[in-house]
Amino acid sequence: MSSARDEILARVRAALSDVPADEPAGAEPPRDYETSSPLSGEELTTRFCERVADYRANVFRTEEGAIPVAIRETLAAHGARRVAVPADLPDEWTAEIPEPVVDHPPLSPEDLDGVDGVLTGAALAIAETGTIVLDGGAQQGRRALSLVPDLHICVVRAESIVGSVPEAVEALTPGAQEGRPLTFISGPSATSDIELRRVEGVHGPRRLEVIVVA
Amino acid sequence: MSFEPAPFPVAARRELADSQLRVNLRRATTTIRTKRAAVVSELPDWERLREAGRRIKADAIRHLDEHLERLEESVTRAGGKVHWARDGAEAIEIVARVAREHGSDEVIKVKSLATDEIELNEGLAGRGIRAIETDLAELIIQLANDQSSHILVPAIHRNRAEIRELFRRELGVDELTDEPRELAEVARRYLRSKFLSVPVAVSGANFAVAETGAVGVVESEGNGRMCVTLPRALVSIVGIEKVLPRFRDLEVMLQLLPRSSTGERMNPYTSVWTGVTPGDGPQEFHLVLLDNGRTNVLADPIGRDALHCIRCSACLNVCPVYERTGGHAYRSIYPGPIGAILTPQLRGLEQAPTLPWASSLCGACYEVCPVKIDIPRLLVHLRGRVVREVESQGRPDPEAVAMRAFARILASPRRYRAAQRAGRIGQWPLARRGMIRKLPGPLAGWTAVRDMKPIPRQTFREWWEERR
Ligand code: SF4
Repeated sequence: MSSARDEILARVRAALSDVPADEPAGAEPPRDYETSSPLSGEELTTRFCERVADYRANVFRTEEGAIPVAIRETLAAHGARRVAVPADLPDEWTAEIPEPVVDHPPLSPEDLDGVDGVLTGAALAIAETGTIVLDGGAQQGRRALSLVPDLHICVVRAESIVGSVPEAVEALTPGAQEGRPLTFISGPSATSDIELRRVEGVHGPRRLEVIVVA
Repeated sequence: MSFEPAPFPVAARRELADSQLRVNLRRATTTIRTKRAAVVSELPDWERLREAGRRIKADAIRHLDEHLERLEESVTRAGGKVHWARDGAEAIEIVARVAREHGSDEVIKVKSLATDEIELNEGLAGRGIRAIETDLAELIIQLANDQSSHILVPAIHRNRAEIRELFRRELGVDELTDEPRELAEVARRYLRSKFLSVPVAVSGANFAVAETGAVGVVESEGNGRMCVTLPRALVSIVGIEKVLPRFRDLEVMLQLLPRSSTGERMNPYTSVWTGVTPGDGPQEFHLVLLDNGRTNVLADPIGRDALHCIRCSACLNVCPVYERTGGHAYRSIYPGPIGAILTPQLRGLEQAPTLPWASSLCGACYEVCPVKIDIPRLLVHLRGRVVREVESQGRPDPEAVAMRAFARILASPRRYRAAQRAGRIGQWPLARRGMIRKLPGPLAGWTAVRDMKPIPRQTFREWWEERR
């Protein structure tokens, strides 16, 4: 008996018998679409902040030295005390959390469900679409950490903001080739399933706070 | 979810009578259409992106065997296990086996058309395993024992009062208003306990990258993230046509899909994972590559373009036929223009011979399709195939018979004039308020799907002859 694999591949090959044998696979498509954004520097940051705000996430612009203040104020605004953090967050950030809960050793899903929020960094951000991308790298922790708590506070550095989706994909490629898991986040979780009325927050964090550091 | 095999004209007539469905549907399609147009006009390179999208998918499909083998290699290298399933039953068996290995009689599930297509939930139920839908709309449909009416917003035919009653009854929540926010909260609480405890999840995928083995799910609610992150094991059932050659191709698809689908610059969440990541997410990953009729579609050099579809649902939202009949009339989980070209090919033309006629060939679907599938061309091609193939199997298509009779009449001026005279006399019992809605005998096929103008009292030819 032939295996399902062999049979499917044989069926695929038979079905494609009209494709010339010398036609190479993996031909590059024309890439004459925009691969880089015309925006730069401050414009990128401004565009990113606008686009994030469009998704009804809160954006807080600040400077390097004022990150702890921004964290403190954001936590206070949500009344968040017990906040989960990845193990490699800077001490000055963690110091602002009334009861930091470090994901080391890894917290159980129930533990994560019991905290008030989570504080992470990001791999990069996309100005055009107002998207934050996490790749499990520095200051981001594993995926469950930034998923289960109801409030996600994410610190995005201005120098990590790229203009367009193609620029983001290019920057993420080395990590992706190593098999890093990627999460693209554009605003809080949302549904329009009931009469097309948008409701923010179903299963992912219902509130997203972005602290942009220029 | 299984559909009774009523042909499109019969089912459409029934659905047309449902005004709730039509009002909701029109609101949905209009809203999404407007949003889409706004975000598409923001991108000056939209047409170039579409062309790139088309070429990427065309290459993926024309060299599917090579890309699939490469995908298998990449996923295996990254610690995933690749399975191949000829049909739905094989795919269901793989899921059931993984669930049993984890001692679970439940699996959590993120909305996926491929799993709906193979009726995974029913198949698992037959093996003593309960599949829990985690998408809000899918949960509503599952609890109501209902059928999806739109790829993107499957419960659009239900209004909030109905949903409240459903949640009260099925989830045992007494104090509940019909405020969408509150209804969503009930779903959140019910499903959260499942996310935290059920050890096996099932997903589909929007793409699988041959080069790196990356698999991706594009979603809004976060239930997809939950399913691909929290359980011990993840099984992704992916149609073989979902393969993309290179990681870089995501830069095209991640622009085309959200803008075409929900009309957003980007959907709230996209998860991309590659095999297994130590210490992060499921430590067991199964990728099931599903055929289930796709190789039949592939064998038709014109029809195979239907496999380029990225399931954005933009063609549904612009289709005048879909807007009036709704998704149920297509009797398939793939409704609208894409359903009209995909369903007959996946199931076999003889199973859905009327679907290629469920269109006015206005071309709006082609205009919006992010990967430029020429849907009208495929419809016409499939109509031809139905007439040739289904008819030759001794099941004459009524319209084809009517057309042939008509062609014989048109071929001779004498026969044409005679037919007109006979028709004028014969039609009087048929015409109602200036329209013929039902022709007799083999000609009934023509009016089964359209009304017809009666022959006028005096034809142009008769008028001309009189004046000479
Ligand atoms: S056929 Fe094109 S427009 Fe229709 S769902 Fe598929 S990709 Fe979208």
